Parts: sequence; structure tokens; C-alpha cells
Amino acid sequence: MRHIISLLMENEAGALSRVAGLFSARAYNIESLTVAPTEDATLSRMTLVTVGSDDVIEQITKQLNKLIEVVKVVDLNDGDHIERELMLVKVRATGADREEIKRLADIFRGSIIDVTSKSYTIELTGTSSKLDAFIDAIERSAILETVRTGASGIGRGDRILKV
Amino acid sequence: MSVELNGAEITVRCLQEEGIDCIFGYPGGAVLFLYDELFKQDKVRHILVRHEQAAVHAADGYARSSNKVGVALVTSGPGVTNAVTGIATAYLDSIPLVVISGQVPRAAIGLDAFQEVDTVGITRPCVKHNFLVKDITELAETIKKAFYIASTGRPGPVLVDIPKDVTQQTARFVYPDSIHMRSYNPVVKGHSRQIKKAAQLISKAKRPVVYAGGGIILSDASSQLTELVQMLNFPCTNTLMGLGGYPATDKQFVGMLGMHGTYEANMAMQYCDVLVAVGARFDDRVIGNPKHFSNENRKIIHIDIDPSSISKRVKVDVPIVGSVPDVLKELIDVLKADKEKFSHETLKEWWEQIALWRERDCLKYDRDSAIIKPQMVVEQLYNVTKGNAFVTSDVGQHQMWAAQFYKFDKPRRWINSGGLGTMGFGLPAAMGVQIANPKAKVACITGEASIQMCIQELSTCKQYKLPLKIINLNNRYMGMVRQWQEFFHGNRYAESYMDALPDFTKLAESYGHVGMQIEKPGDIEDALKEAFKLKDRLVFMDFITDQTENVFPMVPGGKGLSEMILV
Ligand SMILES: Cc1ncc(C[n+]2csc(CCOP(=O)(O)OP(=O)(O)O)c2C)c(N)n1
Repeated sequence: MRHIISLLMENEAGALSRVAGLFSARAYNIESLTVAPTEDATLSRMTLVTVGSDDVIEQITKQLNKLIEVVKVVDLNDGDHIERELMLVKVRATGADREEIKRLADIFRGSIIDVTSKSYTIELTGTSSKLDAFIDAIERSAILETVRTGASGIGRGDRILKV
Repeated sequence: MSVELNGAEITVRCLQEEGIDCIFGYPGGAVLFLYDELFKQDKVRHILVRHEQAAVHAADGYARSSNKVGVALVTSGPGVTNAVTGIATAYLDSIPLVVISGQVPRAAIGLDAFQEVDTVGITRPCVKHNFLVKDITELAETIKKAFYIASTGRPGPVLVDIPKDVTQQTARFVYPDSIHMRSYNPVVKGHSRQIKKAAQLISKAKRPVVYAGGGIILSDASSQLTELVQMLNFPCTNTLMGLGGYPATDKQFVGMLGMHGTYEANMAMQYCDVLVAVGARFDDRVIGNPKHFSNENRKIIHIDIDPSSISKRVKVDVPIVGSVPDVLKELIDVLKADKEKFSHETLKEWWEQIALWRERDCLKYDRDSAIIKPQMVVEQLYNVTKGNAFVTSDVGQHQMWAAQFYKFDKPRRWINSGGLGTMGFGLPAAMGVQIANPKAKVACITGEASIQMCIQELSTCKQYKLPLKIINLNNRYMGMVRQWQEFFHGNRYAESYMDALPDFTKLAESYGHVGMQIEKPGDIEDALKEAFKLKDRLVFMDFITDQTENVFPMVPGGKGLSEMILV
């Protein structure tokens, strides 16, 4: 199953490589990984999307917890949570397609953030599956470039990850 | 009041503050300032090895035999890469070490400078943690953290990489009394409700087994383990890493389990109804194929300090995360409180079954052989040393015979590389053991292949007058490799014959030691006695043993615990 794991770690040089190294050394899947400092600059927040059986996910969270610089780990799938990913897509937009693509962007609540006579760049936020759906809705040959941040997640309501 | 010291002085002062009396190392460009400071003081003794791998193994042997943190000091680049085998060895067996490495000056990092390697990167997967000290003001605290992390929780090696210019810079020296880290808080106390659950299972058990591993030794929990096992009248087995955790000469001890474990231990493991696993991790050499293991219905209680060891290979019913001696103590108290609940009578049938398994006499060998049987050498060593020696080993058949035939009654006496299986470990580890225990008898049981992997350390032994007794079980083969080739590769002995062996007697003599060669079974005992009489000399005993002898029982890789090949 797909799991989204969030963690807080000391914002120190090399901390990211410890997490990445753990995943490759133990042959765990990594679908995406995002990391940035939090409002407290000594801490970084990382979100990992991974796929594995319950046993594997249990090991992943335990092994992450074991890293000396990791302060807290939660498996967001253990409760209600919100997941968002940002995508920028540059698509070919000429002739009749221009209108069609704009309409599609509107349907997905995306916004066009750069325009040339031949292309649009669209910004889109949502769950990873929504972004996938948008990509599927556009004709493949029209896509010039995509860039995605990987998912970030946060617990709903009172679920808070903080030290 | 604190004074300004340079980084090298600070490092040495930190070692002094930690009460470190001895470190093992090898100098080089990046650590010259550190060596200069070591030279100027006499609180921390430095043992000069002949290869950095040996420095780490020696620190490791020192730690294993004393429960103090072992310290090694190596230079940048090749010093570090040579040390990696030692570090990985300590990591796999959870041994508390602090390894200090020199690094090129900060300004040169990343520029492919002379003797530069990415030490933190290379060692990351085989240390508990590592640090690159970029700021002199953080040096003392980093070293304090290194000792704290190495020795608490599940222990392990920690590396501190110090750029050369940091050893020259100055800062005020303050050594912190204690360390608090928000990201590292190892648990101690076990969950009381879980302990009660365990006690309930234990009191209902009809076919129980206690399976105890290296965690018993590392946490100094053998007295609690022994009390628990004897109070319950349960059979007890130890892993290769746990030997000495429970007295091997006690009647409740069923021997080592695992790939080369006894018939009775493996059968009891497979067919028990309640398994109490303590400080052990169900690894592949211990339970064989986990699927086969899980076929039998049993309840498992697992006590360990490391949550990630629990339910990693085998699902358990009652996990208890905590420090092993603390949890055992609480468990004993709970069990004592309702003593009526269990009676030794209910175990009568189980002990009868175990007695039948024991009758299989799985460790028998030909005692009338005209050629020396390796098992006999270990047995005689046990007799001659009255079971009181510290025994280190290398890796191979001799290691298994040592584990099977030397009956360890005390913890920290059996020192071997169980997790990584590092040939070359035995001799340098024995040096560390002898330095930590200057008066003790220290034997290194080895093979003619393994001993050649760190043979240069005979020179270190000469320099520091380390009176080790090296028991070389010389079968002219990489015996364990040969055994697998015989069993699983149609007797095709590819590259496992040890050709062109040196004359070990002369070799020992040329290093300034005593050499002996023993060829007849009748000479074993006298030779050993003579060697141990030479109290202040290293004696290299080259036993010419049966080339065809194999280690039994054997659970072939991928098979279940009860699928043993027996003699
Ligand atoms: C550094 C290293 N290289 C290779 C091996 C694989 N290996 C395991 S046992 C063994 C043979 C050991 O031979 P010897 O030391 O003569 O001991 P014996 O098995 O004959 O008792 C080898 C090559 C290892 N464990 N360690």
C-alpha cells in the first residue's frame, strides 16, 4: 500500500543523505521525498511517499526513528490527513488548443502563470492523483515539460507533528 | 575557569575526561597534531598497531571484554578505508566504539586533496552515527555526544572526523557533564502491561524455551537471565553472540542454537509452545528459514532495546522494548508475586523430550583418530584453562568448534565476529582483550587462512609484550568454504586449498615469539600446558588437523531449523 510518512529532523548537513541512504541500503521504495526547514530553523520537515506491505512500513518507520537526527516520525495514513503536491506543466498551446487547454486548467483549478504565443505554463496543486489525472487529460504530445514537487502532507484537525 | 586549547589538545583532554586509559591507532598527516598531544601526556596510552583494521578490531576486543567504550585513531584517506572493515564488524555486533579520524583541512574538502575521502559518506551505513567537526567550538561537545551515543541504547560504533586545521585552531575547553539530545532518547523501562502479559504466557507454558542473544552480554544482564531461567526451570539456549550469557555447564543449558547449533537446542526452538527471546534478533543464521520457523504454532515474547529488531523477521506476540536487565528484573518480580501459578511438574514431559534429543549426542566425533581432530584441541584448551580463558576467534569451522566445545560460563569471555563474519578479527581482537585484562589468559582460536589476514599484528604483540596463545587449527583449507563445496557444490574445491603456507613456527620465531607445531593427538594437552606456562610469551601453536573434518550439526542455508545434517 501507498503510505505518506512525515518526519521532523535536525536541520544538519548530511541529515538528508542518512534518510536517502537508509532507503537504498534496505531496498525500500521511495516514490517521492520533499524536505525544507520549518518555522523553527533548527528543524527540517520531510515528507516521504513509499509503497510497501504493513510489515515493511512498520520497519521503515522504526528504522527512520532509529536515525540519530530524526526527532519524530508519523505515518500520516494512520489517521485523517491532507496531501498536496505542486506541479508546473508547460504545454504546447496553439490555435484551437489554446482555448481547450485553458478550459482544462480551469476545470482542475489550475492557473496559467506564463504565456507565450506557442505555450502555456500551468500551475496546479492537489493530491498526487489529481495531478496524474490532469496529465492524463492532456494529449501527451502537447506536454513540453513537467515538474512536480512530490507530495507534502499534514494531519487533519488536532493531529499535529511538532516537538 | 576554562583555558584556550587547540583542537588536538581538546580531543586528548576529552579522552581523559571520559576515563579512556588506552587507544589503538596509526599515525598519518591529518592526525599529526593529535599524535603530538598524545606524545606530551601519559594518561592515555597509545597502542601502535600495524594496520588500521587491527586498530579497530583491537579497540573492539577491548570493548567486548571490558564493557568500556573502545577508541581507535586513524588518519584520513587510506587510514579510514582500512578501518572500515573493523567499523562494520563492530556495527553488526553492536559494539560501543568511538573512532576518531583525521580529515584534510576544511578548505581542501571536496577538492580531491591528497588523502581525502568522504569519510562520513563511506562510513555512514556502518556506524550508529558519525560527525564531521567543522567548528572547533563544537569539538568537545561532539566527542561527548559520540561517547554517549556509542554506549547507550543499542550500542554501536560512532565516528568523529576532524579536519587537520580544526586540530590546530584554539577554543575554550569545557567538557559537558551530560548530554541531552531531543532526537535521541533510548528507552530503558519496559511497558509494565506487556511484562504482565509475558508473565501470564510464561506461567502457562508447557514447552518453553529461553533464547538469549548478544543483547544479554552487551547489557550485562546474565545474572538476571540466569535467575529467571533457574527460577522457572526452563531450558535455555544462547546464540553465537550470547554464549556465556547463561552458564554453559549448567544442566538447563541446551547449547548454542542455529546453523551449527545443537540438535536439542534447534529442536526445542522449533517445537516449543512459548519462546522467550531476549536480546536476540532471529537472524538467518539462527532460525534458518523464517517460513519454516513460523509453521509451528507458538507464542513469542521478545525483549529487546531496539524496536526495529522486533517483528523484523518473525512476528511476535508480546513485544517488550526496554533495557534487558531492567525488563528481566521486573519480569522476575511479577512472576515471584504469583508463584503458585506455575509448577515445575508441568515441565516434566518437556524435559523428558529434551533428554531424548540430547541422547542423539550431536557433537560426537572420532576421539580415537590418529590425526588431530580440531574439536579435541578446543576441548583440551577448555580443560587446561579450566574454562577461565578469554577466547577470541576468527571465522570458519574453527569458530564453530570453539563455540561448540569451549563451555563459557561467564559473559564477555567469548569474543568473535558473529554478524559480519570478519576473517582477520581474532588476533587483533585478542590484543585488545589482553590490554583490557592484563592478567588474564587469552587464547585466539584461528585457522591458517584467517590468521594470515592480520598476521602482521604479531609485531604489535612483540612490542607490547602481549602473551597471547594462538591456537591455529591448521587444516590446509579454508575449511568452511571446503565444507560448503563438499555439501553443495559436488566436491569441487574451487580455490579453497591453502597452498604455499608459511612455516608458522619459524614465522612466530622471526617475530620474536615462541612457535610450536603439534601433529599428534597425544601431544595436545602437554603442548597446551607448556604454552600456558610461558606466562609472558606469545606462543603460536600450529595444530596440524584432519583436513576432512566438518562442522555438525548443520542447518543448510534456506532450510528450517529442524532440517539438520547430523553426523
Ligand atoms: C574477510 C573474509 N573473507 C572471506 C570470508 C569467507 N570465508 C568464511 S570462512 C572462510 C574460510 C576460513 O578458513 P580458515 O581460517 O582456515 O578456517 P577453517 O574454516 O579452516 O577453520 C572464508 C574464506 C570471510 N568470512 N571473511
